Amino acid sequence: MEANEVISVNDLRVALGEREVIRGLSFGVRRGEIIGLVGASGSGKTVLLRTMLGLLPKTSGVVEIMGVRLEQATAEQSRRVGERCGMMFQQGALFSSLTLRENVEFPMREYLRGSDAMYADVALAKLGMVGLSVVDADKLPSEISGGMTKRVAIARALALDPDILFLDEPTSGLDPIAAGEIDRLIRTLQRVLNLTVFMVTHDLNSLKSVCTRILALYDGRIIAQGDIRDMLAFDHPWLSAYFRGERGRAAQLS
Amino acid sequence: MAAGPSLRSNPGPGGAVLSAQGDWTAAHACDLERLARAPFAPVGKLTISIESVDRLDTFGVWALERLRRCAAEAGVDAQLAIPQDARADLFAGVEKALSRAPPQVARGDALTKWLERVGLSTQNFSADFTAFLDLVGRLTYCFWQGLRSPSRLRLRSAVHHLDRTGLRATPIIALMCFLIGCILAQQGFFHFQRFGATNYVVDLVTILVLREIGVLLVTIMVAGRSGSAYTAEIGSMKMREEIDALRTMGLDPIEYLILPRILALIVAAPLLTIVGNGAALYGAGVVAATYGDMSPAVYLERLHEAASHIDLEVGLIKAPVMAFVIGVVAALEGMKVQGSAESLGLGATASVVRSIFFVIVLDGVFAVLFAAVGM
Repeated sequence: MEANEVISVNDLRVALGEREVIRGLSFGVRRGEIIGLVGASGSGKTVLLRTMLGLLPKTSGVVEIMGVRLEQATAEQSRRVGERCGMMFQQGALFSSLTLRENVEFPMREYLRGSDAMYADVALAKLGMVGLSVVDADKLPSEISGGMTKRVAIARALALDPDILFLDEPTSGLDPIAAGEIDRLIRTLQRVLNLTVFMVTHDLNSLKSVCTRILALYDGRIIAQGDIRDMLAFDHPWLSAYFRGERGRAAQLS
Repeated sequence: MAAGPSLRSNPGPGGAVLSAQGDWTAAHACDLERLARAPFAPVGKLTISIESVDRLDTFGVWALERLRRCAAEAGVDAQLAIPQDARADLFAGVEKALSRAPPQVARGDALTKWLERVGLSTQNFSADFTAFLDLVGRLTYCFWQGLRSPSRLRLRSAVHHLDRTGLRATPIIALMCFLIGCILAQQGFFHFQRFGATNYVVDLVTILVLREIGVLLVTIMVAGRSGSAYTAEIGSMKMREEIDALRTMGLDPIEYLILPRILALIVAAPLLTIVGNGAALYGAGVVAATYGDMSPAVYLERLHEAASHIDLEVGLIKAPVMAFVIGVVAALEGMKVQGSAESLGLGATASVVRSIFFVIVLDGVFAVLFAAVGM
């Protein structure tokens, strides 16, 4: 693991049942980078993300997050990694019996030693940053729209101002204005907190405007990495279709 | 590890300057809390500077903003020197959250609240009753339609549920009834021995099991095992909008989901009751032979004398009616589930509690009815 690397993945292999989904991939992420992971639907992006977080077992290989191998970590270490990582799940995964504000406060209550007023204020500030109003803060997850669920999930992932933020399709299902706000928020936080972001996304605009590096996952391997220009220059049929297709042109990538 | 947060005050040209030092981050939440509530000596003008802060996050920004407000409340003209970079966004976000109107708390004395609760539960009760009648009506209509065109009865689905609620429940129900039969017989022999009436133990066990215990045990087990499962299934389908998906396809969830399940229960309950009765009487026989010194031949002969068609019929008539009520209650509770996991749990609990309650009430009603017709 190089110095300054907060995530390092080495020769990772993951199989779901008989099928090998991740077939030996390696990469490292340095502090402060915003990584965008692209790949066709069903190519294993979410599987990769879940494996990195220790939610799925791997066949072989090494994943280190902040220098810790999750499968060998002591309870203390994995708690520390949990405190310094925020994860936003694709479907939000909000706790359905807690209000939106309580959802964001939940990690704070577990990890910090502050007052209720502090939690409430900071939670409302986070909800405000992702574009929710104070009025919505006391609703239950079942009472809000899909787009709002995404935003609250991002707010919860950001609750502790983590060092590493994992996002699974943060802008899908959001209107362009909201998606733009999320992009802006991610950039701001990256600058202020020197946050490292690892996100799975299909949003060409996010990839263009936010990501400092793009990893392209194809057939269980990383076939290309670099910024958007490298992606456009790379000669691979699937990659060209992805970035130089109709939607790619519409997003004015080149 | 960098230093925790601290404040250093320097007198400056245009009033005092409070300079924040160290890490103002979540890891030092406790210290931030303390600093934010620091007491103030009333000075004319105060500037809070964050130039010497090593690291700053939302929690630190909260503490600084809080500090400024505390100062302002103490009558100090306090200013936050907000840097003109990306951090300004954080300050703006926290400032907005702190400026919110204090939440409105509903007020009312204990009596009003109690009356409100009573009113609400009365309203809920009448709504539940209407929903019950509504579902019974829809089920009847659906069943009638099904009789006219049998493809709409979804027999394949009903058979699947019959397998789950009937066949797979057989071992546990047989075992439970066997044990209860043993216990009844043992108690009978133990107490009847004292006045030499052991011959009547068989009558006691037979009548109790055939008329009451068999069907009650089976239906309570069905309510706990299948009723709760139905509520959980229908409830989670409701949560995941599967029921809405069926509706938008123009299909009736009652026809697809509820009727087959209830039909399966109605068929399963009497069959399980027969199994339960057999197991209980067998258990009683085993105890008679081992504990009551009554040979199996004698036991069977006494059984023949004691049992009548009517006792068996009483049990078997009750079973399907109780199963119907269990099914309807389970479906209703399932349809009431809202979005949260908690409401699913509440629904499953309510389903089991209510259906067992109704089973026992119904049993009482049947006792009166059968007595009236001389059964």
